[in-house]
Amino acid sequence: MAQISLDEIAHSYLPFPKTDADYALKRIHNIWDDGGAYALLGPSGCGKTTLLNIISGLLKPSKGRVRFGDTDVTDLPPEKRNIAQVFQFPVLYDTMTVFNNLAFPLKNRGFDTAYINARVKEVARILELEAVLHKKAEGLGADAKQKISLGRGLVREDVAAILFDEPLTVIDPQLKWQLRCKLKEIHEQLKLTLIYVTHDQVEALTFADQIIVMYEGKIVQIGTPQELFEYPDHKFVGYFIGSPGMNFLPCTMENGKARVGEHDIPLDDRTAALGNRATGSLELGIRPLYLTIHVQETAGSFQVPVQSVEDQGSYRVVALAFNDQTIRARIAENDPVPGSRAWVSFPKKWIRLFENDHLLK
Amino acid sequence: MKKWQDNKGWLFILPVFIIVAFSAIIPLMTVVNYSIQDIFGPGQRIFVGTEWFKETLTDPRLHEALWRQLLFSGLVLLIEMPLGIAIALTMPTKKGLGSSVCLVLIALPLLIPWNVIGTIWIIFTRPDIGLMGAFINNMGITFDHTASGLHAWITLMLMEVWHWTPLVILLAYAGLRSIPEAYYQAARIDGASAWAIFKYIQLPKMRGVLTIALLLRFMDSFLIYAEPFVLTGGGPGNATTFLSIYLVKIAVGQFDLGPAGAFSLIYFLIVLLFCYLFYQVLLNVGKGESS
Amino acid sequence: MKKRYIILTAYLVLIMLPIYWMLNMSLRTNADIMARLVFIPTEITFDNYITIFTDSAWYSGYINSIIYVVLNTIICLVTALPAAYAFSRYSFIGDKHVFFWLLTNRMAPAAVFLLPFFQLYSTFNLIDTHIAVALAHCLFNLPLTVWILEGFISGVPREIDETAFIDGYKFPRFFFFVFIPLIRSGIGVAAFFCFMFSWVELLFARTLTTTAAKPIAATMTRTVSSSGLDWGLLAAAGFLTIVPGALVIWFVRNYLAKGFALGRV
Repeated sequence: MAQISLDEIAHSYLPFPKTDADYALKRIHNIWDDGGAYALLGPSGCGKTTLLNIISGLLKPSKGRVRFGDTDVTDLPPEKRNIAQVFQFPVLYDTMTVFNNLAFPLKNRGFDTAYINARVKEVARILELEAVLHKKAEGLGADAKQKISLGRGLVREDVAAILFDEPLTVIDPQLKWQLRCKLKEIHEQLKLTLIYVTHDQVEALTFADQIIVMYEGKIVQIGTPQELFEYPDHKFVGYFIGSPGMNFLPCTMENGKARVGEHDIPLDDRTAALGNRATGSLELGIRPLYLTIHVQETAGSFQVPVQSVEDQGSYRVVALAFNDQTIRARIAENDPVPGSRAWVSFPKKWIRLFENDHLLK
Repeated sequence: MKKWQDNKGWLFILPVFIIVAFSAIIPLMTVVNYSIQDIFGPGQRIFVGTEWFKETLTDPRLHEALWRQLLFSGLVLLIEMPLGIAIALTMPTKKGLGSSVCLVLIALPLLIPWNVIGTIWIIFTRPDIGLMGAFINNMGITFDHTASGLHAWITLMLMEVWHWTPLVILLAYAGLRSIPEAYYQAARIDGASAWAIFKYIQLPKMRGVLTIALLLRFMDSFLIYAEPFVLTGGGPGNATTFLSIYLVKIAVGQFDLGPAGAFSLIYFLIVLLFCYLFYQVLLNVGKGESS
Repeated sequence: MKKRYIILTAYLVLIMLPIYWMLNMSLRTNADIMARLVFIPTEITFDNYITIFTDSAWYSGYINSIIYVVLNTIICLVTALPAAYAFSRYSFIGDKHVFFWLLTNRMAPAAVFLLPFFQLYSTFNLIDTHIAVALAHCLFNLPLTVWILEGFISGVPREIDETAFIDGYKFPRFFFFVFIPLIRSGIGVAAFFCFMFSWVELLFARTLTTTAAKPIAATMTRTVSSSGLDWGLLAAAGFLTIVPGALVIWFVRNYLAKGFALGRV
C-alpha cells in the first residue's frame, strides 16, 4: 500500500497532439493519500476514465510520471502495479465458476493451491459470495457479478488501490445502496485506497471522503462534500453539485453591496472586501437551499413574480423571476407555498462572489 | 422479447412462403415421385415402392462416395476452423484503412464464381504455365492432379481452404470485435497470459459465430460440386467423386431418375441429420459453460 | 505485435497469389504465356480485355449475370422484409416450423433439385430467362435474407413500433419511413449476401439457361471446351468476374463485422 502521486500528467489520444484541445487530460498534478476514499466526479467526457486508466496502467500518459510511494510505475504494465479495477459492466470469465474467477489472478501469478483456496474463501466471506462459490458465474445477478469483479481485485493481498469505473451503472436502485454500503465496509475493514469514478453526485457524496471534480480534462476542485457544497471554487462545481445547481447573478459592487439590476443585495464585510478588490466580471452565487422565501413582505426582502413550483417529493423547487433571470429556491415540504408572487431574501452568510467564474476567497 | 400474438403474421410471410414453396416443395415432390417409380418414358411409369431406396442404400459406390465425402468434410473442418481463428486473431483491431483493406482482400475468394475458382487453380497448378505447378516441378516432384488421386486431393484441399477459410476468418473476426474492451483490460490487470485470454475470454465469446461457421462449412463442404467437377470431373478414376458428383452422374449422365431421386432424399436427410447433431452437441456444450 | 502482422501478411500474400497469377496471365498473349513463366509481365497487352468488351458473346454473359443477380436481390429484399418483421414481432400458428423449414432449404443439395427444376421451369416456359435464375436462387437466398433481417429487426426495441402506432402512424407509412431507415445497415448486409451467393452460384444458372440469359461463368466453361485453350482470354474473363464482388464488399465493409456478429449468415 502506498501513496499515489500524479506528477504533471497530461494525456492525448492523438499521436501528435498540437493544441490544448487535443488533450483529453490537460494537466493533472495531484497526490492521493494511502487509505483514502476518493470520488472522481464529472460529466461524461471530462477525462475521469482516462485518468483512472492512467493510474491502473491501462494507458500510458503522454506526459508526466505516476508514482506509487517512491516507485515510478509509469512504464509498468497493469499486472505489475498492484491495483484492481472494477468496470462499468461486470467483467467475468463466463466459462469459469465463481471460485475460479476469484482464483484467476492468483493462479496467473503462480501461487500454490493451499494459499489460493484460503484467500478465495476469505474474500468470498467478506463479499458474502460463499453460497454461490461453485456455481457458474454467468447465471448470477448483476450485483453478484460486480461483487465477483471486485473480489478478483481483493484476493491479491498486495493490492494497493481499487479503482472503480462507474461500477453501479447496471445495478438496480435498491441494490445500489446495499452494494455501496458493502464498499464502505470493505474500505473501513481493509484500509485500501479507493478511487471511484462516477457522474452521479449522490453516489460521490455518500461514498467518498474527498471528491475530485473534473471538467474538460482538468481538476476544478478537490474537497470534502461539504466544502464543495459551501465553497465551490468554480462556477462549474456550483452548477454540478447540488440539486438544483447554484444560482448565479451578474452583479457590480456599489457601496459594499452587490447590485443586480436595480436591486442592492447586502453582503457581509469579508465578502464585500473581496468584491471591492476584484477587477474582472463579477457574479453573485447562492445555493437554492439557502434562499429564503416569504409569502408576505418582510424587511430586507425583494418582491418577485413566481414562475413555477415543482414538487420533488421531500422538497419543492420554486422558480422566481429576479431581474429578468430565473433563480431557483428550495423549500421544505411543509413550508408555505407562495402564490403568484413571493418575497425573497439573500442571507449574507451564504452569498459567494465569483470573479471570471472563479470563487473569490 | 415478448411478441404480439397475431395470425396476420402469415400475411407478411406469404410472399416468401409462396416463392420458396414454388422452388422447394414442387421439386421435392417431383423427387419423391421419381424415387418410388420406374420411369421408362412419358406416361410409362411403374410404382416400385422402396425398391430404389434399397438399391441406393446397398450401392457400394455410394458407400465409397459417402466415406470420401465424410473424410473430405472432416479434413476441411480440421484445417479451416483453427486456421480461420488464428488468422482472425492476427487482424488489426482498430478501425481504419488497414483493417478495411485486410477485410476486403480476405473476403475476395468468397466473391469469385465457383467454377472460376476451379479455373484459377487449374491455371495455378499447371506445370507448364502455373506458378505453383512450375515451382513444385522445379523441385523435382512431378505434380499432376489429373493423374494422381492424391495430387487431386491435395489440389482440391488447397482450393477449398483458399476459397472458404475467409468465411471462418470473417465470422471469427466479427466475434472478436464484439468483445468489449473492458474484458481485455480486466485480463491485463489479472495478469492473464495471451493463452489464458484466448481460452477464457476470446474462445467463449466467439462460440456463437464459430457454431455458425462450423455448420456452414460442414454443410457447404458436404454439398461440394463445382470445384471437383471443374478440376477433374470427379477423377482421376473416382478419387474425387463426392456425393453431389455421383448424384449428377446418375441423374444426368445415366438418366436413372428413380435411383437419383432416392439418392437425393437420402442425401438431404444425411445433411439434415448431421446439422441437427452438430447443433445439439454445440448447444449442450454451451449450456453448462457460457451464454 | 510484430509477429502477428508477419503471419497476417504471409497469409494475405498466399491468398492473393492465385488471383495475381490470373491477372498476370490476362495481361499477356497466349503465345507469351505458353513460351515462358514470368512473375512480372514485361510485354503487357490489353487485347484479352478488349476482346471481352467488344465481343457480345463475352460481354453479354456479364450483363446476364448482373441482371439476374440484381433481380434476385430485389425479390429477396422486397419479400423478406415483411416476413422478417413478422417473424421478429408476431407469434402466429406454425411460425417456428415455417422458420425452420425455410432454413432447411439452405441445406438442400443443389444437385437434388437440378432435374426437377428444369422440368418445373420448362412447364412454366421460363427456361432461358433471367427471372428463372433469379427465382431459383431465391431457394437459398430468401431463407438467408429472412434470417439476417430477422436478427437486425429483433435488435430494434418493440417500443419504437408501439410509439409510432400511438403517434398515429399507419402501418405502411411507419414501415417505410420509420422502420426501414432504422435497419438500413441490416438491409445492406442482407443485400451483400444475396448478391454474393447469387453471383457465385453456377449449377442452377447453367441448368436453367441456354443462350439468352447465359451467365458469364457458363460462358467461360463453354469456351474452355470449344475454342481450344486461350489462357489469356480465359484469365481475363475470370479476373473480370472478381471485380463486381470486390466493389460491393468495399461498400459494405463497415457493416460486415456487425452483420456477422449478430451470428447470422
